[in-house]
Amino acid sequence: MADAKTNRIGLTLADYQGGKSTLCAGCGHNAISERLLNTMFELGIQPERVAKLSGIGCSSKSPAYFMSRAHSFNTVHGRMPSVATGALLANRTLIALGVSGDGDTASIGIGQFVHLVRRNLPLVYVIEDNGVYGLTKGQFSATADVGSKLKTGVVNELPPIDTCLLAIELGATFVGRSFSGDKRQLSAMLKAAVSHRGTAVLDVISPCVAFNDHEGSTKSFAYTKDHDEPLHELSFVPVFEDIGVEYNAGTTVDVRLHDGSHLQLHKLEESYDPRQKLQAVQRILEAQVRGEVLTGVLYVDPAAPTFLDRLGMVETPLATLPANEVRPPRTALDEVMRSLG
Amino acid sequence: MTTVVNDVSLQVATVNGSGSQSANMVLLRAIFQMGVPVSGKNLFPSNIAGLPTWYTIRASKDGWVGRKKEIDVLVAMNAESAKEDVASLRPGSAVVYDEPLALSSVRSDVAFYPVPFDKVVHPISSEAKTKKLLRNMAYVGVVAQLLELEMAEVERAIGKHFAKKAKALELNLAAARAGFDFAKAQLKKTDPFVVRRMDATRGKIIIDGNSAAALGAMFGGVTVVTWYPITPSSSLVESLISYMGRYRIGPDGKATYAIVQAEDELAAIGMVMGAGWAGARAMTATAGPGISLMSEFAGLGYFAEVPAVIWDVQRVGPSTGLPTRTSQGDVLSTAFLSHGDTRHLLLLPATVEECFQFGWEAFEYAEHFQTPVFVLSDLDIGMNNWMAEPFRYPDRPIHRGKVLSKEDLDRLGGFERYRDVDGDGIGYRTLPGTDHPAAAYFARGTGHNEKAQYSERSDDWERNLARLERKVHNARTALPAPVLQGEGAEVGIIAYGSSHHAMLEAREQLRSEKKLDVDYLRVRAYPFHDDVEAFVKNHARVYVVEQNRDGQLAGLLKLDLTAELVPRLRSVAHIPGLPLDARSVTEEVAAREGR
Repeated sequence: MADAKTNRIGLTLADYQGGKSTLCAGCGHNAISERLLNTMFELGIQPERVAKLSGIGCSSKSPAYFMSRAHSFNTVHGRMPSVATGALLANRTLIALGVSGDGDTASIGIGQFVHLVRRNLPLVYVIEDNGVYGLTKGQFSATADVGSKLKTGVVNELPPIDTCLLAIELGATFVGRSFSGDKRQLSAMLKAAVSHRGTAVLDVISPCVAFNDHEGSTKSFAYTKDHDEPLHELSFVPVFEDIGVEYNAGTTVDVRLHDGSHLQLHKLEESYDPRQKLQAVQRILEAQVRGEVLTGVLYVDPAAPTFLDRLGMVETPLATLPANEVRPPRTALDEVMRSLG
Repeated sequence: MTTVVNDVSLQVATVNGSGSQSANMVLLRAIFQMGVPVSGKNLFPSNIAGLPTWYTIRASKDGWVGRKKEIDVLVAMNAESAKEDVASLRPGSAVVYDEPLALSSVRSDVAFYPVPFDKVVHPISSEAKTKKLLRNMAYVGVVAQLLELEMAEVERAIGKHFAKKAKALELNLAAARAGFDFAKAQLKKTDPFVVRRMDATRGKIIIDGNSAAALGAMFGGVTVVTWYPITPSSSLVESLISYMGRYRIGPDGKATYAIVQAEDELAAIGMVMGAGWAGARAMTATAGPGISLMSEFAGLGYFAEVPAVIWDVQRVGPSTGLPTRTSQGDVLSTAFLSHGDTRHLLLLPATVEECFQFGWEAFEYAEHFQTPVFVLSDLDIGMNNWMAEPFRYPDRPIHRGKVLSKEDLDRLGGFERYRDVDGDGIGYRTLPGTDHPAAAYFARGTGHNEKAQYSERSDDWERNLARLERKVHNARTALPAPVLQGEGAEVGIIAYGSSHHAMLEAREQLRSEKKLDVDYLRVRAYPFHDDVEAFVKNHARVYVVEQNRDGQLAGLLKLDLTAELVPRLRSVAHIPGLPLDARSVTEEVAAREGR
């Protein structure tokens, strides 16, 4: 790189900035926005190629706070997946980034989430997960743990929906869980997710400082830090860099991603291989029993075809096909009319 | 007995799932090929097999193709409904029936033609399932002989229908011939109805409205189609899948489109929103329950200003209602679909020609006005077969509306998404992926200023809402203008959509039978063109004819008209679930006019 302050396409970090956040000071979502912005900068992704999509809620406001040079669509509650699907149908060359929350995904939007994942739509789907509805002042969401307590003393009695477990079962091809407070892990995971082709679901525990960061909450900073159980240390080697250090195959799993970059998982848990679906499911279920916040890349399948691959579309974005390619000639209409006479 | 030539309504009563559809299409085609104006209407249950179903074919020398209440010739194949079907006939009608039904004792003032259909088809096939199907083509032969249809045209119609199935073709030809021969040898005609060759269908086509809409969309350059199956709109997209597979695949085998079956109507319209925002010509097709589900997204499309085309092939509501019956019951709710001050552009096709025309034009309006456009068809237009003039190729090139390219942005330096630069209420937009640092904007359903930035300021909100109101109001002169027939009468009638066919006939009945001249204005779009108010001004009393309970279009008119004109409106609203018939309109208007 010619200048340390510019990335490989000659842009500065300022080119990836967004508007000023209106979320609470210390909100986990702001940290995630920061990681997203840095990820795009460090990967040298042209901001104009990115489409940011979101639903409704604190999480879904956050696309306004990073990458103003990328188009963005803040849609309706729980329906970001369908809008993202449509956007990618119209323009398959977009790099789609969906930002959602636990309410937006696991409650009102679970139907669309399920089908987006099932289709393996190429998109990074970040769930900014704090276990509560922030904008409506602190009601439980469907990812709240049994026994977690609101400030008002109300205790959650229903079991949480594990969005990662669900995503693996339904066909997501990149599934990870992280913590907004773990800068290093989240950065590597985001870079790998952006380099992956397929649905990448990242459930990022992102404490709500206003309504769910107190004693008794299982989504607080303190609780998450105490119970964080990283599966492995992650490192990411982008396609434009050489793999510097050779790791022992016995202690490192190297996953070559779609674009040629590498995700390296340095094993803290000896036997864990995130390419094994059954093992992933078993380990997540074990973590639930043990009360661990299991973080890391839980599952990855870098080779599965995406929804867009299956549609047989032309390479050019449908949105910008010239008129003569989308309006058949007069002779075609004549032929149809003759068949109906 | 005076022979009645080319004015007959034939009804075939069968059981759903018995395979009578091919036979009915052959009858329809044979009459069409004889140059006689004809229409066919399928009255079917929400069921796959076992419930009664009726198919009505009307041949009319005067070209009336709306539903006729009275049945002249009944083909009774269904034991369950036969007695009631016979009882409802007028004296002098004719009944062809399956002999075991023993209907001739039901009444004595209609002509009965018993036919032992099992015996008739027995020599053709020994296989029970095949025989059951061939009974249908046997009644075609019987009816052909009784109505004096030209057997050569019947055979030609069978040939067209089974063109790709040699064995079926042979069997069906034999069955029709067997029916014809039986009737000729065994039945003595005692009813007056016959069909004779005319020259009134030359150059015309036969097509259903859903297929016409699909063709329109294809020639409109649609690129993204999302849908969730729902009667009666499913065949629109299925037809589109078929046509696109034929005409929109490039030489490299790649599709210039995507068609996606969504998980529900929420997702179908959501995908259309995403695709429209990203620059595709995107559409979905649905019916009442789907429209209800799409309500929230409809408001987003209006407010974030996203082009979209939504076909609503109306069935009967409220709720699940009558899924396989027709109505115009979604007009009022769709005009304002979604919460807050939402108002949409509606197109109201009346014919299959207009299904085609509005099919492509809807994209022009949607992209020009940057808003969802709802095309309100209905089951009668959409699923029934209609005679039509061959469709006219789009007469203007595709225009994508105000979209700024990279080069535009180089020249301008930047833009503000929701600024009314041209004074028409329509801003300029950019598409995601446009390679320019100033291209992006933040589309949102939340309050925003002209730069598309979040805003809760009263002045921003009021300015934006006023601009949206102006934009939609301006559309009234660009959308299809109403069509006027007649002038100078004291009484006017306003109708729209499929009511048109009954209206044409009713207007003639009012003139010839009731000595009442009425002028007729057919409304084709909402917001209303200025000609609509002018029409009401020019008539002392204006009847608004439509197929719903509450007089929904009349209600929309009352909101728009100046106060002194409102008392001139009279609602003529019918909702039997069946296509509107002329007689109902004629009698009601005549009675209210004291005729």
